[in-house]
Amino acid sequence: MTEPLLRVENVSRRFGGLLAVDQASLTAEAGQITALIGPNGAGKTTLFSIITGFLQPSQGRIVYDGADITGVPPHRLARRGIARTFQIVQPFVGLTVRENIAVGAHLSRPARTDALAAAGDVARAVGLDASLDRPASSLTVAGRKRLELARALAIEPRLLLLDEVLAGLNPSEIRDMVPVILAIRDRGVTIVMIEHVMQAVMSLAGHVFVLSEGRIIAEGSPQAIAGDPRVVEAYLGKGAAARMTAAGGAHA
Amino acid sequence: MKGFAPILVVLALLATVPLITSSNVVLNFMVMALLIALVGQGWNLLGGYGGQYSFGHASFFGTGAYVTGILQMRYGVNAWAGFIIGIAAGALVGAVIGALSFRSGLKGSYFALVTLAFAEVLRIVASVAPITGAGVGTLIKLDLRSEAFQFQSRAPFYWIVLGMVGVSLILTRMIEDSRFGAYLVAVRENEDAARALGVDATIVKLCAMTISAAITAAAGCFYAQYYLFIDAGIAYGPWISIEGLLAPIIGGIGTVFGPLLGALVVKTLGELTKLVTGGAPGLDLVIYGSVLIVVVAFAPRGIAGIFVDLRRRLSGTRGRSRD
Amino acid sequence: MLSPVILVPAVLNGLMTGAVYALIALGLTLIYGVLHIINFAHGALLTAAMFAAFFAYQWLGIDPYLAAIGLTPLFFLLGYGLQRFVIGPAAHGEDRNILLVTLGLAVVIENALLYAFRADTRTINLPYAFNVIEVGTAFLAVPRVIAFGVVIAVALALWLIMRFTYTGKAIRAVAKEKLGAELSGIDVAHIYAVTFGLGTACLAIAACLLMPTYYVNPGAGNAFVLIAFTIVVLGGMGSVTGALVGGLFVGVVESLSGLYLGESLGQIGIFVMFILVLLFRPSGLFGERA
Repeated sequence: MTEPLLRVENVSRRFGGLLAVDQASLTAEAGQITALIGPNGAGKTTLFSIITGFLQPSQGRIVYDGADITGVPPHRLARRGIARTFQIVQPFVGLTVRENIAVGAHLSRPARTDALAAAGDVARAVGLDASLDRPASSLTVAGRKRLELARALAIEPRLLLLDEVLAGLNPSEIRDMVPVILAIRDRGVTIVMIEHVMQAVMSLAGHVFVLSEGRIIAEGSPQAIAGDPRVVEAYLGKGAAARMTAAGGAHA
Repeated sequence: MKGFAPILVVLALLATVPLITSSNVVLNFMVMALLIALVGQGWNLLGGYGGQYSFGHASFFGTGAYVTGILQMRYGVNAWAGFIIGIAAGALVGAVIGALSFRSGLKGSYFALVTLAFAEVLRIVASVAPITGAGVGTLIKLDLRSEAFQFQSRAPFYWIVLGMVGVSLILTRMIEDSRFGAYLVAVRENEDAARALGVDATIVKLCAMTISAAITAAAGCFYAQYYLFIDAGIAYGPWISIEGLLAPIIGGIGTVFGPLLGALVVKTLGELTKLVTGGAPGLDLVIYGSVLIVVVAFAPRGIAGIFVDLRRRLSGTRGRSRD
Repeated sequence: MLSPVILVPAVLNGLMTGAVYALIALGLTLIYGVLHIINFAHGALLTAAMFAAFFAYQWLGIDPYLAAIGLTPLFFLLGYGLQRFVIGPAAHGEDRNILLVTLGLAVVIENALLYAFRADTRTINLPYAFNVIEVGTAFLAVPRVIAFGVVIAVALALWLIMRFTYTGKAIRAVAKEKLGAELSGIDVAHIYAVTFGLGTACLAIAACLLMPTYYVNPGAGNAFVLIAFTIVVLGGMGSVTGALVGGLFVGVVESLSGLYLGESLGQIGIFVMFILVLLFRPSGLFGERA
C-alpha cells in the first residue's frame, strides 16, 4: 500500500482545561476525497487549523508527503502544496473577484498580468467567470463559497482542505458544487473535507473519519459509517441507535 | 488610475508653479504641502495599502532630520550624503520597530500604541541628549551653496521636494501593480486568509514599514535643509504624526494621489485658520482633529474615494448583487 | 539604605499614589473590557477634568474634593455623549475607524485646551495640602491619604454596581457576549455609552484627587495616562483586578525607584517598560489575548 499523502498521528490540542482534540489520527490517500465528519464542536476545524499550521498541537505530529510538517507556518505549507478554505468565508472584501483569486495565483507567478490572467482561468473552472470584475462583497453566499474554493485552487495545491464548503447552500447550489469538487479530484488533487451535508459526503467521499468530542470514534467507507451505531449516537445522543433499531427503521 | 500618465501629467503641471509665480508665500505653502504629502505617502503605504495604522511616523521623520543635521554640523559630512544616510537611518528605525512589533504579533490598536510610544521615547531622548543639542535643538549653519543643499531662492527646493513626491508616486504605482502590492493589500483585508495563500505576512508588513519609513525620513531630511533648525518637538512631535496620517485619510486612503490631495487640503485649512484667528497655538490641530473625525464619519474613503464612487455610478457598474 | 524607617513611608506613599494611577487605569480597562477599544482620548479627557477642577477652585472657590461631587456626573454625561453621539456613529463599527476617531478626539480636546488656556502650568494652593498624618514612623500627606480612601470607595462602589444593579449586569453581559446581550434585549449602544461615561467619571474623580498635589497644563493628562496604559497592559486589558493591583504595584515601584534612581529616568523608564510589555505580553498578567 502506498504511503498516504497526509498522515495525522495522535494529535492532541489543549486550550487551558479543555482538550479540544484528543489523540486524533487520520490519513488521506493521494488522489482521493476523504471526509471528516462529526457533531458540532467536535474539534474538526481545530484539527484543520493544526494541519495547516495555524495552531500548534499539544501532542502528536503531522506528516505530509513523507515529511514531518508539524508546526510549519501556513504560508510555507501553502508553498509546499497545502491549501485550505475557511468555515466562515474570508474574502478580501475590498477587492474584485479576480483580484482575490490572483493573490493565490501569485504564489507561482510574480508578474501581475500573469496572476490576473490565471485568476480568470481558475474562476472559469469553478463557474465564477461572470463575476470576475465585480467586488467580492457583491457575491451571494454560494458565490463566496466558490471564491473561497477558487482562491485555494489558485495556489495549485496537491492537498486541499475544505472546511464546510457546502454549508449555507441550498440543495440546487449543492448539486452544482459537487461536480466542481469531483473535477478537482479528477485533476489529481487530494481532498480532505469537513462536511455536515450528508448526501454530499455519501456521494463524494471515498473514506470517512468521524470525530466526536475531540476523538476519532470511527472510520471506514461512507456506507459502513452510516450504519455504525457509535456514529449515530455521536450525532443523536446515547441510546439513539438502539431506539432506532427498536423502532424498526434504518436511517442514513 | 492605470499607468503612469496621470502621474507625469500632474508632476508636469505642478512643476510650472515656480515659473508662474515668484511669490514666496505661495512657494512656501506649496513646499510645505508637498512635504506633508511626502510624509503622507510614507504613511499611506503602511496604513492605506497595508492596513497597519501607525500613530508614530514622527519616529522616521525626526530621525531623518536629526541624522542629516548632526552629520553636517558635528562631523562635517556633505549635505547630500547626509541626506542619503538620513533616509537609510530612518529606514533602519522603521525596520527595527517593525520587526519588534510584527514578530510580537501586534496589530490594530496595539500596533498604533506601540508606534506612539516609540515616537515619544525618541522625542524625550532627543530633548535631553547632548548630541541633538537637547532643549536648544540643532541649527544647520547657513551656507547658500547647492553643494550644501541650500539655495538662495525657494524654486530649487520646490523642485527637489516635487521630485521626491514624484518618485514616491511612481513607486506607489509600481507597488500597486506588483505581487508585493497584491500581498500587502491581501494582508490588510484578511491576514489569515493571506497566510493560507502563501503570503508571509510578517515579512510583507516589515517591507512595507521599511519603505514607508524611508519615504517619511526623506521628508524629515528635506525639512532640516529647508528650515535649517529642528528640535525634539519639531522632529519627533505629534504634529507630524498627525498631519502625516490626516493627509492620506482626507485625500483617499490607499490610493496613489490621496496623500497629495489631502496634503493640499490640510495645508489650506491650516492657512485659513491662521488667517482667521491669527495663529494662536493649538487651533490648527483642533481643526485637524475635527476634520479627521468628520472624514472618518462621512467620507472614510476620502476625496479620491468620492471620485471613484462617482465614476462607478456614472459608468453604471453595479456594486451590489440583487440579494 | 534599606532601613524600614525609609522603606515603609516610601511604600506607603507609593501605595497612595498608586491608588490614583489605579483609578485612571480602571477607567481605561473598563472601556476596553466592554467596548474592546483602546481609548486614545483618555489622556486628553483627564487633562480636561484637571482643568475643570482647577477652574472650579480658581473661579468658584470650590475645594477639589467637593468639586468632585459636581464634576463626576458632568464628566459621566460627557463620556456618555462622546461615545453615543460621536465615537459610536462615526466609526461605523470598524476597529480601524474607532482608532482614528479616538485619536481625533484626543487631538481636538488637548489642543482646544492649549488654545484656550495656553501652555502654562498651573497649580492650586490648598491651605491643608501640606498637612500630614503620622502613622508610625511615616508622615503621610493628607491629600494622599484622602485619595487612597476615595479610590477604595470608588472601587467598592463600582463593584457593587457591577454585581447588583441591572445596568451593571447588562455591562457584564455585553462585555462577555455582545450579540447574545443584544438578542436578550439589551440596548448595546446605551451600555457602551454608559461604560464610556463610567470611564470618564473615574477620570473626573482622579483629577480632583490629583489637583491638590500636582499641576495641570495641556499635556499633563498624557503623563498620567501613559502610566495608566502601562498598568493596563501589565495587569491585562479588560481586567479590573489587574488595573487595581497593577496600579498599586506601579505606584510602589515608582516610589522605591525614585528613592534610588531619582526623577530623571522616570518618564523614559515607564515608556520602555510599556513598550516591553506590549512586545512580550500584550495580554498582560490577568487579561485576555491581544
